[in-house]
Amino acid sequence: MKRIFGRPRSMTNKPFHYCPGCGHGIVHRLIGEVIDELGIQDKTIGVPPVGCAVVMYHYFNVDMTEAAHGRTPAVATGIKRVHPDKVVFTYQGDGDLAAIGTGEIIHAANRGERLTTIFVNNTVYGMTGGQMAPTTLISQKTTTTPLGRDARLIGYPIKISEMLAVTDGTIYIERVAVNKPANIIKAKKAIKKAFQVQLEDRGFSMVEVLSQCPVNLAMTPQKAAEWIDNTLTKTYPLGVIKDKSGD
Amino acid sequence: MQRILAAGFGGQGIVSMGKMLACAGMKEGKHVSALPSYGPEMRGGTANCSVIISEREIASPFIAHPDTLIVMNQASLDKFSKLVLNDGLIIANSSLVEINNDIRTKTRVVEVPANDMAIELGNLKVANMIVLGAFARETGEVKLDFLKAALEKIFPPRRHNLILINVKALDRGFKI
Amino acid sequence: MSEKVLMCGNGAIGEGAIQAGCRHYFGYPITPQNELTAYMAERLGELGGVFIQSESELAAINMVFGASAAGARAMTSSSSPGISLKQEGISYIAGAELPCVIVNVMRAGPGLGDITPSQADYFQAVKGGGHGDYRLITIGPASVQELYDWTARAFYLADKYRNPVMILGDGFLGQMMEPLEIRKIKEPKLPEKTWALTGAKDRKANIIRTLMLKVGELEEHNKKIQNKYKRMEKELIEYEAVLTDDAEIILVAYGTCARVCKESVFLLRKEGIKAGLIRPITLWPYPSAIIRKISNNVRYVLTVEMSAGQMVEDVKLAVLGRCPVHFYGRMGGGVPTSEEIVKKVKKLEAHRPEDDQPLAGRHKGTKRKE
Repeated sequence: MKRIFGRPRSMTNKPFHYCPGCGHGIVHRLIGEVIDELGIQDKTIGVPPVGCAVVMYHYFNVDMTEAAHGRTPAVATGIKRVHPDKVVFTYQGDGDLAAIGTGEIIHAANRGERLTTIFVNNTVYGMTGGQMAPTTLISQKTTTTPLGRDARLIGYPIKISEMLAVTDGTIYIERVAVNKPANIIKAKKAIKKAFQVQLEDRGFSMVEVLSQCPVNLAMTPQKAAEWIDNTLTKTYPLGVIKDKSGD
Repeated sequence: MQRILAAGFGGQGIVSMGKMLACAGMKEGKHVSALPSYGPEMRGGTANCSVIISEREIASPFIAHPDTLIVMNQASLDKFSKLVLNDGLIIANSSLVEINNDIRTKTRVVEVPANDMAIELGNLKVANMIVLGAFARETGEVKLDFLKAALEKIFPPRRHNLILINVKALDRGFKI
Repeated sequence: MSEKVLMCGNGAIGEGAIQAGCRHYFGYPITPQNELTAYMAERLGELGGVFIQSESELAAINMVFGASAAGARAMTSSSSPGISLKQEGISYIAGAELPCVIVNVMRAGPGLGDITPSQADYFQAVKGGGHGDYRLITIGPASVQELYDWTARAFYLADKYRNPVMILGDGFLGQMMEPLEIRKIKEPKLPEKTWALTGAKDRKANIIRTLMLKVGELEEHNKKIQNKYKRMEKELIEYEAVLTDDAEIILVAYGTCARVCKESVFLLRKEGIKAGLIRPITLWPYPSAIIRKISNNVRYVLTVEMSAGQMVEDVKLAVLGRCPVHFYGRMGGGVPTSEEIVKKVKKLEAHRPEDDQPLAGRHKGTKRKE
């Protein structure tokens, strides 16, 4: 019988622990497919974040190490500098990358580290139970902004992708979403390109993935997916933010 | 055992003097240590370096009472002269240091107008080497040739063009 | 024997690392250890190694985490305030059982303090520092040669036990220049790092982690690393004993203070006071047994530190009341002089211990000079 669909070979058969409607599983699968397609399973090393995806290594047949919260790009830098011939990626949430690890991501990007970062932005802290993230929208309610995010008190949704794009070390940055099939197809293309940029030894590449966290957004999975289209992309528009891969 | 305290302004080459003495002592096959003062003092303020040259293993690199005090400026003399033992020696850069009779009666003093002599040689920066030459002659603790040999270790290869003037300065100090 | 070179302690640490095969250094500038960072930049540049001046101490220690996880011999160095910042990473490294070398050229605190030498990070180094139950192999060298030898050996010990090793120096040791013999490093062969992240080629994926959520798993992991620490306590202890055979009083000091104390012992002997010195070289594991043994034969122990009295607690734990334990220390950049220590001993000599405590409370092994 001809096999036309299955689990990527670079992934294990362990069922995801993620909540119903969560986008992490989709992003994981896209990464697995890309690793398979590029044929890099045996030379890829991953650094998952502290957050919901901390045990990401359960789902991949790929070497991985945990990192302290936010230090993910620094740990990945150490690995890549030891093994420049390997493919090293970080997988980080909005808390890990855009709050506690802001320093590490900016400087890894600015050094032009040959790393690929998958930045999952769902505007909320998932694992700790729905607190405000740096990417939480204005007026968005979380457990630590019960009246909605007030810019006068706690500032604005941070635009890390745009910030990183201005550093000369970054080659490719794109913002995608995993809320519907059309976007998921685009997301996979972007992730693949980001890994290719690393394989070509060009510099730092990052894909920001707008993802849904229905539990902490207090929405049904379907509403959360629609919310990304109708609301989230107004603050975080999809598309290529920087691409110097053709230069 | 010879305990030497060299002191002066930052920029007078105090730590270089310490390194030279230690290198020359090593060449004699002796135990040596050189402990520079460090910190905000390094830039423009006072600098000092404690050097010990000893037949025995050196326990403490710190010097409470130097056998020889080398002072390149007045502030250093004022600060350290009282530490010198009665049978000790003070070598002073008399271009910048004035020594009162009180000190003279207690301690043997050798005065070297090092700045003036260095200017005569054409480079003020070698005043420290003139004083080291004088130290070698006065104490016999280190051989002049060993001090000269140490210059190669103190200067990085790209500065080796400076060795000649420094050798001249060592000779000049030795012949006072 | 190779020719000796005059080198400062910071440089000797760097060369020891290079000779031990360290080709990955990550650090952030801080006085008084900048010579070490510059030395590594220069040497690793020559050798085609990796030197990164990181954006912070946090980044530096986590780059070390990554390089070590990838199987390399990696090092970072800093001074007290910077070492405080590294504690998070050190806890993770200890928990993940990754080998690495961390150098602390201590300066005076608390806070920004100043750049003068100090030994006030002893607690932080030997009692934990970061969160969780873990230990660092902690070495307190006392000369430029020892800084070289022990830094080189630290890489071997780190690999052997899969544990971070801390070289605990101070500003004076870093700046002090002494003759250094750059000895060839010989070390026993170690097993291959099959656990390292190198890409899961023809094997199962390697995972390095400290998060253990399964019930009981974390306790088992803790038991495992505690057993490793017990093995270190049996296998690693090193100290220097100076004139202890006939000593009636014993000084205990490490690093710079031990150098000063050694001179004090000679001065005291000249005055007819039979003093000796125990100089712990491994600060963790601590040479408690020798101090305990000697405490049976001496009238008292005097611990000397550049702190308010930190190691003295370990000395007291070793002595366990067999004889009095006294302390002399200087803080905030002050260094005890040999004369101050002699004065302190003379004061103790003039003092009758009976005045302090009833005879019945004293250990019978304690002797008093008549």
